[in-house]
Amino acid sequence: MNLLNAITVGFKEIWAHKFRSILTMLGIILGVSSLVAMSALVKGMENGMREVLVAVGGLEKIRIEQQDIPTAQQHLADQAIGMTVHDLHALKASAPLVTQVAPEMRARNIRVTKGGKTTEWANVVGTWPSAVDINQHIIEHGRMFNEVDDDSARNVCVIGTNIRDQLFGDEEEAGRQPIIPIGDTINLGGEPFVVVGVFERYESETEKKRRAFERAQPKTEQSGPARSRGWGGRGRGGDFIFRMKNSTIYIPLNTMYLKFKSATGTNSLPDPRLDVINMRITSIDELEPSLQQARNVLMHTHKGIEDFSFMTQEDMSKNIGTAISNARLSGGIIAVISLLVGGIGIMNIMLASITERIREIGIRKAIGASDANVFIQILVESTVIAIIGGLAGLATSYGLVEVLGAISPVDNTPEITPTAMVVAFAFSALVGVVAGIIPAVKAARLDPIQALRYE
Amino acid sequence: MALVELRNVSKIYHLGGEEIRALDDLSLDIDGGEFISIIGPSGSGKSTLMHILGCLDTPTRGTLKLDGTEIQNASKRELARIRNEKIGFVFQFFNLLPKLNVMQNVELPMIYAGASTSERRDRSMAALKLVGLENRSQHRPMQLSGGQQQRVAIARALVNNPKIVFADEPTGNLDSHTGEAILTLFRKLSEEGRTIALVTHDPEIAAVTPRRIEIRDGKVAKQLDARLAGLDRLASPATH
Ligand SMILES: Nc1ncnc2c1ncn2[C@@H]1O[C@H](COP(=O)(O)OP(=O)(O)OP(=O)(O)O)[C@@H](O)[C@H]1O
Ligand SMILES: [Mg+2]
Repeated sequence: MNLLNAITVGFKEIWAHKFRSILTMLGIILGVSSLVAMSALVKGMENGMREVLVAVGGLEKIRIEQQDIPTAQQHLADQAIGMTVHDLHALKASAPLVTQVAPEMRARNIRVTKGGKTTEWANVVGTWPSAVDINQHIIEHGRMFNEVDDDSARNVCVIGTNIRDQLFGDEEEAGRQPIIPIGDTINLGGEPFVVVGVFERYESETEKKRRAFERAQPKTEQSGPARSRGWGGRGRGGDFIFRMKNSTIYIPLNTMYLKFKSATGTNSLPDPRLDVINMRITSIDELEPSLQQARNVLMHTHKGIEDFSFMTQEDMSKNIGTAISNARLSGGIIAVISLLVGGIGIMNIMLASITERIREIGIRKAIGASDANVFIQILVESTVIAIIGGLAGLATSYGLVEVLGAISPVDNTPEITPTAMVVAFAFSALVGVVAGIIPAVKAARLDPIQALRYE
Repeated sequence: MALVELRNVSKIYHLGGEEIRALDDLSLDIDGGEFISIIGPSGSGKSTLMHILGCLDTPTRGTLKLDGTEIQNASKRELARIRNEKIGFVFQFFNLLPKLNVMQNVELPMIYAGASTSERRDRSMAALKLVGLENRSQHRPMQLSGGQQQRVAIARALVNNPKIVFADEPTGNLDSHTGEAILTLFRKLSEEGRTIALVTHDPEIAAVTPRRIEIRDGKVAKQLDARLAGLDRLASPATH
């Protein structure tokens, strides 16, 4: 008897007990679909976290921040002038593993206004054009300011969409084409600045879809007094990172230095210190040597005073990894357990079914079925049940993912991966085979005479 | 060389310390083409003998040679093959598979023999024709009378062209008229040259066969062979 025959017999047997077979399959269906759905949720989570990681500049971006002088070097405090543009030039010249550098210089209390409007919060940063690359900004309209703008300390700025929406109105939200304020003037800390560029809107995939969906809906008339309904931010969790990024205003470093760090009574010169130096390295595999190189350069320019420290995204990446593997493990265990329960269900039914068919097995053996024939027949039957259940489970998983996506707190679209489907399906088939082994052995071992006598 | 050579076979069961000799040092030859009956009272060991001859069971002692093959040396797998190719069984309770139709039941031995679909169809139709049921091939066993079911069982037993057909009380579950028809069918098959062994406790049925072997307490009590000169009269049931 060949395998095709055995499979046909298996199908017939399953068809002959439709209701029982469906109940048996249900365990496998739920197991497979929960396995796929779980991994889809985790994948969605992972996607969300990776988006955030990219939004903050990716793994290759490293921040160098000011740090208190170590106690052992306290006596050198008056020689420590902090991080300045010299450090940037030194890094560019002497640290080949550092591909790009950009400064961040901030000033306190710069009010951002336009006409009567003002922003809730703005991240006004004096920097170099390279900041666009390092922080993975994308300019949607206009341009980034260039070296000439910086050298001549021009009053130009590039703004994020949050700033634009607050100063020029959120036309997109109102269902119209967004305003492109290139060439318009806004007011930063009392100085007029020309907008030369606007960044694209940064948001998670989920948020992007949500907005696209809302835009497709007809705008409902709001009741009551006009008000902003987005106060405190809409959306959840990870959106914070995106909101911050959308509230960026980049101005040339020199403009920041000369306009907002001007000499005061106590300081005869403007304060040249940078708040942060951002740098990008060649690759994350070269992290250690790159840091070492950058440190050597800075120790030189800082006369051996270590008043700076490196901040990498390693921890964030590691946390993402841990969170993902934890979620995967706990979800996976639950799904695997439910698959195993499904397998036990199959085994149970197969045992009941062979007890019911002892006489049939005796007849088959009397007319020439070998032990192996009987073994394969039972094994094929349980495997066919599991495989049909597995396929149905894959189909069901799409529905389950919709349901879970709607009720779960995770702010990301679950993504069904082919790997998860293959793994879940293979596992269900395996469960079917394993569940069939004991009943198949029992059936194969039946003594034909006893079996023929069985009533 | 006989088709079946059974030598000094014993089958001993142990039940609660008690020894039951279902077969006791029994020897028997069956030649190809013979039509024999194995007769004896209930519990005499007829079925046990048939199971051993049919390679469904193994003897405790003794040897069996079937068509030149020493059965006691055969593996379980080889036994299954021998049952499939060389032996046909007909049982008292028909033993058809209720979920399969008549055709599928008859095809079953050929499935285990690995015959192709078209070969299976042709040969099962031929076997059904032989027992006069070619127009019932798509029916379920439950839709047939007892006699018809037994014919299907006979067709199934014949479909692989076995060396010998064993029938254990084939008429035991049928009324006398239907039983008669089944016996006529067996006689016809015998005349076509098939080897048939009938197991029965009924001397009237045994009278159909030229050769009779009477079993008592697991031993051969009496052998009658009508083909031997002058014994024809003895073989006929003169008492009735
Ligand atoms: N599995 C078994 N265990 C113990 N004893 C058995 C077993 N099978 C058969 N026997 C015994 O062997 C003896 C012969 O049994 P067998 O079935 O061969 O008789 P039989 O001649 O076919 O009887 P019947 O005409 O009633 O079918 C009986 O005494 C029976 O009790
Ligand atoms: Mg019997």
